[in-house]
Amino acid sequence: MTTLVQAPRSMSPISLRKVVSYLVLTVGAVIILIPFIWMVSTSLKPPTELFIYPPRLFPSVIRWQNYIEAPNASFIPLGQAVWNSLLFALPVAFFDVITSAVVAFGFARLRFRGSNVLFFIVLSTMMLPPQVTMIPLFILFARLGWVNTYLPLVVQALFGWNYAIFLLRQFFASIPEELDNAARIDGCGWWGIFLRIHLPLAKAALGIVAILSFTGSWSEYLRPLIYLKDPMLWPLALALQTFQGGKTNRWEYLMVMSILLTVPPLVLFFVAQGRYIQGIVISGVKG
Amino acid sequence: MQDVQESRLTHGTGALGRVTKRTGAAKRTKRENQEERIGWLFVSPFVIGFVLFTVGPMLVSFVLSFTDASMLKPAVFVGFENYVNLFSTDEIRSLFWRTLYNTSYYVLISVPLGMAVGFGMAILLNQKLRGQGIFRTLFYLPSIIPPVAVSLLWVWIFHQEFGLLNAALRVVGIPGPAWLTSTAWAKPALILVSLWGAGGGLLVFLAGLQGVPTDLYDAAKVDGAGAWSRFWRVTIPMMSPTLFFVLVTSIIASFQVFVTALIMTNGGPANATLMYVLYLYRLAFVQFRMGPASALAWAYFVIIMGFAGVLFFTARTWVYYESDLLGGKKK
Repeated sequence: MTTLVQAPRSMSPISLRKVVSYLVLTVGAVIILIPFIWMVSTSLKPPTELFIYPPRLFPSVIRWQNYIEAPNASFIPLGQAVWNSLLFALPVAFFDVITSAVVAFGFARLRFRGSNVLFFIVLSTMMLPPQVTMIPLFILFARLGWVNTYLPLVVQALFGWNYAIFLLRQFFASIPEELDNAARIDGCGWWGIFLRIHLPLAKAALGIVAILSFTGSWSEYLRPLIYLKDPMLWPLALALQTFQGGKTNRWEYLMVMSILLTVPPLVLFFVAQGRYIQGIVISGVKG
Repeated sequence: MQDVQESRLTHGTGALGRVTKRTGAAKRTKRENQEERIGWLFVSPFVIGFVLFTVGPMLVSFVLSFTDASMLKPAVFVGFENYVNLFSTDEIRSLFWRTLYNTSYYVLISVPLGMAVGFGMAILLNQKLRGQGIFRTLFYLPSIIPPVAVSLLWVWIFHQEFGLLNAALRVVGIPGPAWLTSTAWAKPALILVSLWGAGGGLLVFLAGLQGVPTDLYDAAKVDGAGAWSRFWRVTIPMMSPTLFFVLVTSIIASFQVFVTALIMTNGGPANATLMYVLYLYRLAFVQFRMGPASALAWAYFVIIMGFAGVLFFTARTWVYYESDLLGGKKK
């Protein structure tokens, strides 16, 4: 990102201001970081150091075994839970990307009556809380016998994701028209222009949509809770709190499982950081 | 916001420059007809999905809200009974007012505070600073963590005896409260958790600040404006569309607070953190009282739309768009 170049000032106020800025920012960063440190340190503590007074920010012994014991103590085996998460998060990401791209292309390039109104509807649905439609959808999916399957979590992705439609439309609209015309001269129809020109150029944007969609499903709690009554079907986000024998005070185990849940979104964020941030920002600023 | 969306839309169609290529009138119509059909074909998944998963369910939900539907027996029409019960102030019949109060308390404190923190940090970061990228990443980090993990972590931090927060408070001589088990402190505790994630808005603010033209600051300086008045006369008006966007989206998002309330307190103690969506979840999916729950969901829809409507209405007086400024129109 480019930095805004401020109007030139005399030397001393700038440095004083910068010192203060650094100070405030560092305090903020420390406040943000301490809970993370507490999370990691708890996950490495021996059980004897959890309930001591006063609490220690750093453990005296680092106990790596927690990372083996916690998944083993989990009521739903870790591998099963991760597999369950992937079982719906991956198809959702796949369909979110494909369908949203098709719809976004229609909005970005094709002229048809009602497209403005329809696009306005896309934007409006982004403000609609999902809880409003939750009950009838549950009754519908229950009637279809889809409780205890991943279908209720996946099926909506087949029809596009409003946020991704908006993001990709902005992207497609920025692709020069000349490229379309060149492809048209080479004999491409609309579908060809979409597949051969727009999709390849939008690889990065599509990747961001896939990542945002995947991390969203990976972290999702409410819908899996409603639709998956059988704990063996639970994704990791739900499974991480249930230990064999109902152990509830094992904070080191809970922190281990929480960290395991956090690692994939964190890795994806760092892999695609710059573009990830752009993806978050675009909806807020391009307006 | 309406202005924004209009400009978005016109921008989209304005980018189409294919009209020049066409020659014969008959040919044009044929091609336009074709484009019309293909256009609808491309967006048809959204249209079908919108009807199946938004419009349809909302209508069904409206009908259900006038029945005593449950998952166990066939629904019977009960008229306005659900709504009458819902708005009852008798807490045995309905916790609507309680949950509305809890949720409003949460929203009205966490949103302004979160925005102030995010905006403040963004302004500090919007200088030539070394480590800008690192700070930005750090502040955004809490937003990446799944809400379940955030909730579990904070339950442990808020632990009255062995938690980190009260340990820190003890160092400065303050005896920490019982946080999540105290009716007075449970709501502030949830707000604290939301503030930890305030960096989510920071990214949007930072991008907005970087879009404010430098020459406006220069011009203000030439006119003798100090840093303070440059902030209020240039930064704030130029940022008002971004501030407005973040305000609307954060209000709607924090009205949906659910996972933290479920996992950290399960609505307790004594319903002090029973949030709207948690109540909705309980009615519909724990007690399976779909009729009353549908009435609750519709009330929720009306409340959110009401909030948004009021914001859009007042936006005319405080949100400035560049197009207005360029046209020399002052509000």
